[in-house]
Amino acid sequence: MGDSTVIGPLGENMGLIGYGILAFPLLSFLINGLWLGRKSPRASAWTAAALMGLTLALAVLLANAYRGIVLANPGAFPARAALLWEHTWMSFGLGTDSVLAAKAGFLLDPISVMMVFVISCISFLVHVYSIGYMHDDKSAGRFFPLLSFFTFAMLGMVVSGNLIQTFFFWELVGVASYLLIGFWYAKPSAVAASKKAFILTRLADAFFLIGMLVVGISAGGFGFDRLNSPEAAAALNHTVGAGFLTFNLLTVGTLGIYMGAWGKSAMFPFHVWLPDAMEGPTPVSSLIHSATMVVAGVFLTARLFPLFSAAAHTLRVVECTGAFTAVFAAAIACTQTDLKRILAFSTLSQLGLMMFALGTGAGAYPASMFHIFTHAFFKCLLFLSAGVVIHAIHSNDVRDAGGMRKALPRTYWATLIAVLAISGIWPFSGFFSKEEILHAAFASGHYGAFLAGLCTSGLTAFYMSRYFFLVFHGTRGFHGAYAGSAAAGAAGHGGKDPDAHAHPVREGLLMTLPILILAVPSALIGYFSKGFFMRAVLPSGSGTAEAGGEALAHGGAAWLPAVATVLALTGVAVSWYWYGMKKNGPAFPNGKAPAWYRILSNKFYIDELYLFLAKRVGARLVAAPAAWVERRIVNGAFDWVTGAIKRMAFVQSLAQSGQVQLYIAVALLGLYLLSRFAGLAF
Amino acid sequence: MNLTSCLMLSAALFAIGAYGLVTRRNMIAALMSLELMVNAALINFVAFARFGGGHAAAPDPEAGSLFALFAVAVTAAEMALALAIVIAVHRQRRHLDIRDLDGMHG
Repeated sequence: MGDSTVIGPLGENMGLIGYGILAFPLLSFLINGLWLGRKSPRASAWTAAALMGLTLALAVLLANAYRGIVLANPGAFPARAALLWEHTWMSFGLGTDSVLAAKAGFLLDPISVMMVFVISCISFLVHVYSIGYMHDDKSAGRFFPLLSFFTFAMLGMVVSGNLIQTFFFWELVGVASYLLIGFWYAKPSAVAASKKAFILTRLADAFFLIGMLVVGISAGGFGFDRLNSPEAAAALNHTVGAGFLTFNLLTVGTLGIYMGAWGKSAMFPFHVWLPDAMEGPTPVSSLIHSATMVVAGVFLTARLFPLFSAAAHTLRVVECTGAFTAVFAAAIACTQTDLKRILAFSTLSQLGLMMFALGTGAGAYPASMFHIFTHAFFKCLLFLSAGVVIHAIHSNDVRDAGGMRKALPRTYWATLIAVLAISGIWPFSGFFSKEEILHAAFASGHYGAFLAGLCTSGLTAFYMSRYFFLVFHGTRGFHGAYAGSAAAGAAGHGGKDPDAHAHPVREGLLMTLPILILAVPSALIGYFSKGFFMRAVLPSGSGTAEAGGEALAHGGAAWLPAVATVLALTGVAVSWYWYGMKKNGPAFPNGKAPAWYRILSNKFYIDELYLFLAKRVGARLVAAPAAWVERRIVNGAFDWVTGAIKRMAFVQSLAQSGQVQLYIAVALLGLYLLSRFAGLAF
Repeated sequence: MNLTSCLMLSAALFAIGAYGLVTRRNMIAALMSLELMVNAALINFVAFARFGGGHAAAPDPEAGSLFALFAVAVTAAEMALALAIVIAVHRQRRHLDIRDLDGMHG
């Protein structure tokens, strides 16, 4: 990105497209938030969707122009990157080129263009879907502005050309997700979930801020072109500190930044906020899981990939957290009974895949981005279809579902496609991206991560087809008595509606249309966009497309796709045996779930561990003494000072007798003394 | 008659006025004392204008007298205002004892 070009050859119209892409969602937020949302929720829903449609149109134009101007011109744009525009918002000290200049820019490069397209596309479909989903909700007028704001924040994050802008929008994404997760604020669990998400990600963001400042100030700038250059890595790569407390600035800085991504992408052990985030409305979950919020962490890691790859330790951490989370979350997903929670753990697992792919090195970079791309479509579809099911059965519990195939035929087929895609069955989109990740991990010799990836593939196929069989096959509510359910009591039982069976089940057009549209890319986009990702989506600084392409010609292990497919099919077969054919899950001796099943269905008791740490250890050892210090020492000191001032003022007020003649006498005396000291003769 | 005697007169008037202002309990008497102090200052004006002539600081003897005349007019207006207040106070309180008017106490 050393050769970022501002506007010049790109032409002014492209600059306008960039402004439009950011302005339309913001406009939707302002119009609907300040005025239309309160006046007419219906009109506000349609306005928001229309503005998102315009954003999508502009995103397509942008992608097309990017391909035509930048990609077609490797001579002028060797790094395939260009700055559409950049404004200095404020700079401290040394003019616009100073280290601490906060700039707002629009960066075009393969991943930002890809993300702009994905975000606007998914967001548009989610907006349309929400018109149907929020139809009966009284607070829909508050929903659409927030949804648009969420989109705006994420768009601003991905097009950022420097770390400061990234951080700003990163926090805006956090705020938007907080507001949307806690959208039904009358529900205590939603409020708790929104706080959990916000506080956990804020905790991680504190490290991000520290890392960002360390890296930016030592590298002499916050622009990505600067940070991703070899000079920046060299400038950072030195040891500071003394004695046993020495550390490498590059490692510390990148680790700090990665901590931010760690929290945002909900890698273990920060993962606990994501399943709880299901408390928000389903369209929000869909947006969070596919295109905004959690993907931000992977995106940030990819954005700074050249810098990260100079820091071997950090890359190792990225790989380990990713690989562990992938398997860990996939295992938990196998036993969950909440529709959305299954999907949430599946997202965690897929994010783990993307993350460890980045950790294995430059070879897997395109594969990781490819997986973000394909995952966005099928995960969005899965959530939207889960929303349809929840709408139909008025419950979040898979045990209340079942037999939805006949009631929701269109949703059934679309979900089938997405399940096949996420399970990695040829020729659906997930197959291609997952296979690329496994390939790259194997080729770069990271066998641990490779095995974790294989494991995840098998588990994914298992839990996704379990989900599918439980929800769509069998008959309504027949799973209620299956053996595992006794153990899963703690696993968030959605609010059951006693009259659920009385409601007619229906598929609204506004809700099914986005799902059906999403089924197309879920099925096909892997096959059609693989070439683009392998050719053009390379870490910046890896030279021309041709050179990058050569780097990617990894040792193609022909057996790999076969093994992955066999694993996936095995997963499907096992789940068919337990949940499709026998219809009541694995048969445990004497009807009681064994310990491993209970551990899984309680999510390894991580939430309980955190609660214990927070309530027992934190509250007693930290909060209680801190409260004492606060009450007695800090507040006590203030009370003492204010009390002393009050008493002094009282003493002084005694002199104010209200006797005017006394005042005059004192004034005259003062005049006399003044003249004496001024040296006048009296 | 010279400058010194004029200034002595002025100082005496000022001191008497200050004493009266601080000690008299009747508001009208206090106002009269105040008027004495103002007039003491005005005598200074006139005296310097009359005897300080030919000085660079007071090139025109008539200017000082003119200032004094203006000041007399302004003081007359102030006194009218002050007497209006005295009447208002009297109507409300039925007396004019300054020591009882201590509404400004802390």
